[in-house]
Amino acid sequence: MATATGITPFHLEFADEQIDDLRRRIRAARLPSKELVDDRSQGVQLATIDALARYWASDYDFGRVEKRLNALPQYTSEIDGVDVHFIHVRSQHEDALPLVMTHGWPGSVIELLDAIDPLTDPTAHGGSAEDAFHLVLPSLPGYGFSSEPGELGWSTGRVARAWAGLMSRLGYTRYVAQGGDQGAAVTDDMARQAPAGLAGVHLSLLRSALANTTGLPTESDEERAALEALDTFRKSGFGYFLEQSTRPQTIGYALLDSPVALAAWMLDHDTDSYYKIARAFVDGQPVGNLTRDHILDNNTNYWLTGTGASAARSYWEGGRAAALAAGQAPPAVSVPVGFTTFPGEIFRAPRSWAEAVYPRLTYFNEAERGGHFAAWEEPRLFTDELRSAFRPLR
Amino acid sequence: MSASTMEATAVREFRVEVRDGALEDLRRRLSETRFPEKETVEDAAQGVQLATMEALVRYWGGEYDMGRFEARLNAFPQFITEIDGLDIHFIHVRSPHENALPLIITHGWPGSIIEMLAAIGPLTDPTAYGGNAEDAFDVVVPSMPGYGFSAKPAATGWDPVHIARAWIQLMERLGYTHYVAQGGDWGAQITDVMGAEAPLGLLGIHSNMPGTVPPEISATLASHVLGGGDPAPSGLSGDEQRAYERLNELYTTGLGYSIEMGHRPQTLYGLADSPVALAAWMIDHDARSYDDIAAAFRGEPVGSLTRDEVLDNITMTWVTNTGVSSGRLYAENTLGFFDIKGTTVPAAVTVFPNELYQAPRSWAEQAYPNLIYFNEVDAGNHFAAWQEPEIFTRELRAAFKSVRRPT
Repeated sequence: MATATGITPFHLEFADEQIDDLRRRIRAARLPSKELVDDRSQGVQLATIDALARYWASDYDFGRVEKRLNALPQYTSEIDGVDVHFIHVRSQHEDALPLVMTHGWPGSVIELLDAIDPLTDPTAHGGSAEDAFHLVLPSLPGYGFSSEPGELGWSTGRVARAWAGLMSRLGYTRYVAQGGDQGAAVTDDMARQAPAGLAGVHLSLLRSALANTTGLPTESDEERAALEALDTFRKSGFGYFLEQSTRPQTIGYALLDSPVALAAWMLDHDTDSYYKIARAFVDGQPVGNLTRDHILDNNTNYWLTGTGASAARSYWEGGRAAALAAGQAPPAVSVPVGFTTFPGEIFRAPRSWAEAVYPRLTYFNEAERGGHFAAWEEPRLFTDELRSAFRPLR
Repeated sequence: MSASTMEATAVREFRVEVRDGALEDLRRRLSETRFPEKETVEDAAQGVQLATMEALVRYWGGEYDMGRFEARLNAFPQFITEIDGLDIHFIHVRSPHENALPLIITHGWPGSIIEMLAAIGPLTDPTAYGGNAEDAFDVVVPSMPGYGFSAKPAATGWDPVHIARAWIQLMERLGYTHYVAQGGDWGAQITDVMGAEAPLGLLGIHSNMPGTVPPEISATLASHVLGGGDPAPSGLSGDEQRAYERLNELYTTGLGYSIEMGHRPQTLYGLADSPVALAAWMIDHDARSYDDIAAAFRGEPVGSLTRDEVLDNITMTWVTNTGVSSGRLYAENTLGFFDIKGTTVPAAVTVFPNELYQAPRSWAEQAYPNLIYFNEVDAGNHFAAWQEPEIFTRELRAAFKSVRRPT
């Protein structure tokens, strides 16, 4: 019997009718005419969606999400009025460092699944017992199996406070946090709030530069390249961001009613990951771990949980929080910060930028491979980065 | 002229014939709509509200007569002709009155020629609608490339400038040696560009969404899209300040749809696959027209913008599968929506109170060196012709009176 502040084991089950309905809708998809260009500059290409829809309806195993998630210890716990779903895997090594990792959009806990074993069981994955983590992977409110907040105000700052509450509820008195994308925003907020017990963070996206590069150095080639990449993103890549920040409900109708609309919207995140995913579907040549099945696990999970609109709404909350905070600088970060720049990320944050934003930068590295979905695409390399980044904090 | 060129430039009669099964498929999709949960606010701040979409889907799939748009269009003489390799569909109604003034009217997004249907009678046959024979127009209403029954371009290049030049060819092809042009939304930009191209036969233009915003103000507005940006301009008159504030509201909270279609029109697969997605996307144009359309689905239409009218437009877009192809115009465009386009021909402006912004006379005078008419009316939103066809007609009669040739 769970209390209001208790922790309840969670097991998921999708109804067969839901899956039949999804398959039927994919088969009945009506597609638009082909884009007028030979690249992604007008959006997700018809050939990509065509291949994706064909594989999704015919070859994909719809039982995968259930099997993969139910193989892990999952729980829900009510925090600040929201039922938070999370995976909690304790390492067999008792001195393991507790780590809360936050996914992003259009991701979910599914992005992080293949990093669980290497992080929690390092001796089976090329590491030593001293590299072990106890791992907590929560679903953001409105994503996957976490409930959607019934009231306004769930910006990443409030999520950060909820995560600190979750870690304390799990009995962790000293832990670290990690995130990319929206997860980087949550983790950055945690670092600024510095709850008791938070020993340090690791990030793979420099959130503040995405919003504003004022004051960052722009002399070196690397700095100029990063600035240029950000400029390209602002000039041509933030339509989804703006639509979700201002009209999540409007795009929500497509994301709930049409599987191909949902899949296309979720594929159209950034140039690097789009082309990698398109290769997986069109040429059958996935890059790293970004396989067709992995991509569709995430899409299928969004569809079956019906969370396209509620996940989009997290951007609206972010926009509202930014508007309310206008002009006020956030509190400085006092905890140690580790940062990894993955080469395919929207922009390659140079060390100088990471240092400018996080004066206590205790680890910085530019990885050889990987993009925006680093944990998903390169789980081993991602694991190595976390081991190195957090080693000095153990 | 070769036989094949003659064939291409021929003007062929056209009738809408909706493919068997298309409406049944639409009805089935509507009946199986999977809605999201309700927005978490009590207004339209998160987009089209669930109650509006539920009412719309219920009416569309239940009471609405799906054959309406076909019957309404086929009541007019329609034609297709190929211009620059693309089939262009248009309505062409000649006035019963000799010496009527030829007029080409251009629609916008998310509109179509459906917006203009109710104005065609009063414009072409004024004596039947409270006007005089001297008010008569011969009316040409083309569908823009990628919209309705015009062909969908298969290559880039059909931007508003190209469309403006195509319309000049169309009027020539129809044998009109002198004519006027009118537009709102994209149609306003195309009409402004026609006024800048200033072909010999173009006697004047009228706009209900004129491009008048001075360049420095336009730059300030553009800097506000992502939040932050340049400080608000100073030294504006009362009218100018109000215009700036309305535009700023649009630039800070209302451009998502436009930037998504500008950057990634192809990503909007929902517009082809889901009628509820298409309808929501199309009614989320601007705050004031959304309010009016939401009112229509509560059974309280404002002016002529009824549920049936709104659904005629959406149903046509669905049946022709032109949600994405129409959105591509945003990707093609390189002009600033509200910028001055360099019109030199005589220009007329009507300011509607619920348009995206109310162009101040001072800006209109700067934008149009030959401003022959300027009037503010007391009703009408972004869809002026659609919502207020009588006011719209009266404005066009008054605006173009001075450019008519003596008979």
